[in-house]
Amino acid sequence: MAASTNELVQDVLESVKKQFKSITVEKDIEVDVDCGNLLVCDQNPIDIKLYRSNRNEFISSLARDNTQLLFNQIWKLPIHKVDDVVVAEIPDPQIRIPREKPVPKAKKLTKWQEYAELKGIQKRKRSRLVFDEETKEWVPRFGYKSKNDLKKDWLLEVPDNADPFEDQFAKKKGEKKERVAKNELQRLRNIARAQKSKVPGIGLIPKLQQSQDEVNQAFHLAKKSTASIGRFEEKLPKEIVEKNSRKKRKFEPTFGQLDKEKDREKKILNHILLGKPKLDIAKAVNKEMRDGEVVEDERESRRRQKGRGSKKALPKSVRRGNRGNKSSYR
Amino acid sequence: MHRIVKPKNKRSKRFLDAKESQIIENTKTAMFIRGSQTSDVVNNALKEIYIMKKPNAVMFTKKNNIRPFEDFTSLEFFSNKNDTSLFVFGSHNKKRPHNLVMGHLYDYHLLDMFELGIESFQSMNSFKNTKLTVGSKPCLVFAGELFNSDHSYKRLKYFLINFFRGPMVQNVRLAGLEHVLSFTAVDGKVVLKSYKTLLKKSGTKTPRVELEEIGPSMDLVMRRTHLATTDLYKRSLKVPKTAKPKKRKNISIDAFKTTHGRVHMEKQDLGNLQTRKMKALKRVREEKKQKEAAAKKQRTAAANV
Repeated sequence: MAASTNELVQDVLESVKKQFKSITVEKDIEVDVDCGNLLVCDQNPIDIKLYRSNRNEFISSLARDNTQLLFNQIWKLPIHKVDDVVVAEIPDPQIRIPREKPVPKAKKLTKWQEYAELKGIQKRKRSRLVFDEETKEWVPRFGYKSKNDLKKDWLLEVPDNADPFEDQFAKKKGEKKERVAKNELQRLRNIARAQKSKVPGIGLIPKLQQSQDEVNQAFHLAKKSTASIGRFEEKLPKEIVEKNSRKKRKFEPTFGQLDKEKDREKKILNHILLGKPKLDIAKAVNKEMRDGEVVEDERESRRRQKGRGSKKALPKSVRRGNRGNKSSYR
Repeated sequence: MHRIVKPKNKRSKRFLDAKESQIIENTKTAMFIRGSQTSDVVNNALKEIYIMKKPNAVMFTKKNNIRPFEDFTSLEFFSNKNDTSLFVFGSHNKKRPHNLVMGHLYDYHLLDMFELGIESFQSMNSFKNTKLTVGSKPCLVFAGELFNSDHSYKRLKYFLINFFRGPMVQNVRLAGLEHVLSFTAVDGKVVLKSYKTLLKKSGTKTPRVELEEIGPSMDLVMRRTHLATTDLYKRSLKVPKTAKPKKRKNISIDAFKTTHGRVHMEKQDLGNLQTRKMKALKRVREEKKQKEAAAKKQRTAAANV
């Protein structure tokens, strides 16, 4: 009785085993599993005869074995549940893959950003809508249909001290244009500072009503703007002349200084003949490889041309072949 | 923002922001271009790889007269404008039939480029079964010694991983691992096959995997290559410092997942340590006691006398 129950148990176990197939895979060399990339690299040598006998089957079974090994590793990873979905946390990839762009460089701060850092000013996010007291409505802070939208005002008051014939609408539009232009200028200046390129000063902005300082500045600039940097200009009775404000560009005379010319030419020649050439080895090697391939292709094409096809397209010298030293064509 | 030309609307601004180099990069997009002359095989192959790479792929509709191995500048220009760093160029002529030139770029300049000829091609339509959803991350299987021994095959392996890898994620849905791409280097060819996984019960928690072939099946022969120099390749592998996790010094985790920390102390004079104050141990108190005892004795002696 005991023997028969034992046998029964054995039978049941075997049937259960048959139901479930094994997940173990035997490999000669350990397979390289990279869970971060969901990657398996199998270095085991492939039996070519076996492969050739039945290609698709062989590759399918090989792929299945390797995928099984990958899945065995993945199922060992820590598992979370995110919104009723079973999810495994995969580690960082082991194999490093080249990036698409170089590592970003730290950007230079703008003038305002530097000041804000210094003072500890935090950036505050402003709401898009603002309550307008006049219309008792929520309007956007800027732009279309905002409180200071230029299209809105059908009526503008002329202030007491202003010219009655002045166009107030044009004046307001002009002021806005100036503000926009100033902002654009600041932005470009920040870019120039970031790239460390020199930007020329604005100079004098033409104005209708100039202050005394501005008139003074304009006067001095006009005086300097001559070929001799204001040296021979008429002086006012009590005017103070700046002594060291002269920085004139000097040009060498076009003829007459033979020694200097000789030296210059000698320097150039030495640089060409004796100077070390700047050789970019990597570039040269790459070029060599590419040229080698192109030359190979050309040679192959020439060989093929000689072998088959009509030679009517080729020049007569090639068709006749190399007769002595007549033809210069190879 | 240090751009000289300001973008005109938010959409273009978003595109330009995504195009800038970042610490953790976006998923790489691929561009699919056809040469001036293409065959049916090449057209189908391009279409099917494009489907595998969707949505991170751009397919060019027009034919372009480009020779990648002679002049790469037009492809660099396309890559710059479309913000793609991977490309596949298909062409067909008598000398190189059913040709695919695949490559990747670094900083919009060519890194590696491989010319592969398609020997035998079976389209997805020839396999009659249900296909997978577009955009799933595939599992990659590389088999064959060539992928580790030969230098150009090694680079080809890294390129194929780069191309087919898909988006980098932190968590992976276990039921969603349905696509397997296998590359086998055998008999002088690289055999590409695409499978769908079926998870079967095994006695344990880990299921048994069965594969069913779905996608395109290609036999690729490596024709010409243009490999980047090792120093350029190394430069492209550089990881920014902020992306690397910071090492915490003097902290270690043992096998039982308990954290151990090391504390470094300076030398201490054990004589002058601050310990708990016990009134009974005070020296002054002892002296007092002795004095009192002596005084008591004297008193009793005096009383007795």
